[in-house]
Amino acid sequence: MTDFLQLFFSGLATGSIYALAALGFTLLWQASGTINFAQGEFVMLPAFMMLGFMAAGFPLMLSFAASCVLSVIVLGWLVKRGVVDPLFKFGMMPIVVATIGLSIAMRNAVRAGYSAEPHPFPNLFADEVYNIAGVTISATDIGTFVFAIALVLITQAFLAKTVTGRAMQAVAQNTESASVLGINVPRMIFYTFAINAVLAAAAAILVTPTYLAKFDMGAALGTKAFFAAIIGGFNNSRGALLGGVIVGVCENLAAAYISPAYKDAVALIIFMVVILFKPQGLLGKKVERKV
Amino acid sequence: MKKLAFLAGLLGLLACIFVPTLLKNHGIYLFTYWLIYVIATMGLNLTIGYAGQKSLGHAAFFGIGAYTVAIMMQAGYSFWLGMPLAALGCFVVGLALGFPALRVQTIYLAFATLGFNTAVWLVMRNEEWLTGGTFGINNIARPEAFGISFDGNLAYYYLVLAFAVVLGLLLWGLLNSPWGKAFTALRDNPIRAESLGVDIRGYTLLSFAIGAAYAGIAGGLFGSMVQFIDPAPFTVEASIMMYLMVVVGGPGYFLGPLLGAAVGVILPEWLRFAQAWYLFVFGTAVVMLMIWLPDGLLSIPDRIRAKRQSREASAARAAVGQSGVKA
Repeated sequence: MTDFLQLFFSGLATGSIYALAALGFTLLWQASGTINFAQGEFVMLPAFMMLGFMAAGFPLMLSFAASCVLSVIVLGWLVKRGVVDPLFKFGMMPIVVATIGLSIAMRNAVRAGYSAEPHPFPNLFADEVYNIAGVTISATDIGTFVFAIALVLITQAFLAKTVTGRAMQAVAQNTESASVLGINVPRMIFYTFAINAVLAAAAAILVTPTYLAKFDMGAALGTKAFFAAIIGGFNNSRGALLGGVIVGVCENLAAAYISPAYKDAVALIIFMVVILFKPQGLLGKKVERKV
Repeated sequence: MKKLAFLAGLLGLLACIFVPTLLKNHGIYLFTYWLIYVIATMGLNLTIGYAGQKSLGHAAFFGIGAYTVAIMMQAGYSFWLGMPLAALGCFVVGLALGFPALRVQTIYLAFATLGFNTAVWLVMRNEEWLTGGTFGINNIARPEAFGISFDGNLAYYYLVLAFAVVLGLLLWGLLNSPWGKAFTALRDNPIRAESLGVDIRGYTLLSFAIGAAYAGIAGGLFGSMVQFIDPAPFTVEASIMMYLMVVVGGPGYFLGPLLGAAVGVILPEWLRFAQAWYLFVFGTAVVMLMIWLPDGLLSIPDRIRAKRQSREASAARAAVGQSGVKA
């Protein structure tokens, strides 16, 4: 039982990181119809930005703040203006292909221009371990979980409570009526990209100490974020949290009790089961097919 | 026009027959490699370009084919028994995967097939008793038929060329049959196709499974060409690359895979010394291609024709307008 709890808690920590990436994914999809295949690279790039700032002598938290700003500019504004805006009118698939191209370009730019080796990354949290009723939990797991969940909840509160957040949701639900109501649609879409960039930078600071900063670190993360988003429900931002946590916990349990070699297949299996029985996801609403 | 296309095809085929005789071993190897990817992406083009299903797991079928042939030959069976088995195996696995996966469309399907690819790759890497794990399978022999050995590089190239031509003609026949028309109808307007009585589920499933069988055959040829296989060429990245080859060449254009496979296979082999930079440029080029030519390279002639027609039409309109004023 203690083993189980221990695995459960460290799974929660990993799952909350998936949830961060999945939330950004869901928001982008809702607001701009962009399925971002470069989501993993959107996490990888801020990790290298932080390494760069730290090499320049900045402390970790300041590097994080600077990387957030830089991410908003590069991964938010530049990607929206350069890739998504010109392709918006062609529909979904060209954007998907373009983000696939973008992910290949970003990954290999880092590999060729900086380094193909994995780089160590400082841990945000103290290297301590607590023992609560026989269950060992590390400070990193607790810190990661709290930080990630706090960010997800803040994002959701922003979307639900503020005028800007509600305007963003209106754009996500019906772009045309939103613009009729006087909402500045392109700006709201840019905000979505900006939030996604910050969430990705936060995922980077949490995940890189364990994954190490490497040009292909985003590959697995991006796929799992997508699976998490679908499992939870693609048209519901709370779904991203649920999906991320389910994937993280199940992966950890399966690695311990079934087979560590097949850990990466867990997300796929849950995903297949969910789309077979509830294609709209666990929390998602059904979308009717229109003629 | 038809005659011209036929002539160009004949010239291309002649080039494929004679050019490699002038090449050294590496050149022949590249041509063979290219043709194998042409076969694989031909199948994928049916799935993506004609039937409109976004499949990102093609390298898994490619791998299943390669391992099927390799394992059969290791067990002492003939290449000519392994090959149909590879095609049939991929066809059946394609049906089995497609049945649940095709319930969901577009992007869901893309991720379901991508996940399937990961799962197949994990099996290849972990089940050492069957696949040799990361050590792979060594010494895969090249086949022989009717006393002709295809052991030499040039001889093997001709075998692959024969496969490519036969499979290409089969696909051409399929696409021009009523079946093939149904595939296209499905892609262009699924709801209309359904209301005209096309069994959507059946046809998408079939296009997916046939595409998988093509990949399986290509995989079998690949294993025998490099004579050693490990899980590395069958990753999700490889699937994404195949998808991009179809998209770059022009999905739904019969000759698209020839061009796409050349961009995806021959160019990076040539530019091996700058591989990471090549991939960077390739990725950037894909983004630009989407912005300027979302229908692929082979859509350029169509586009020029459309532009000329619209210019002529507007000139004609202007002429009519002027004469109208005079009268």
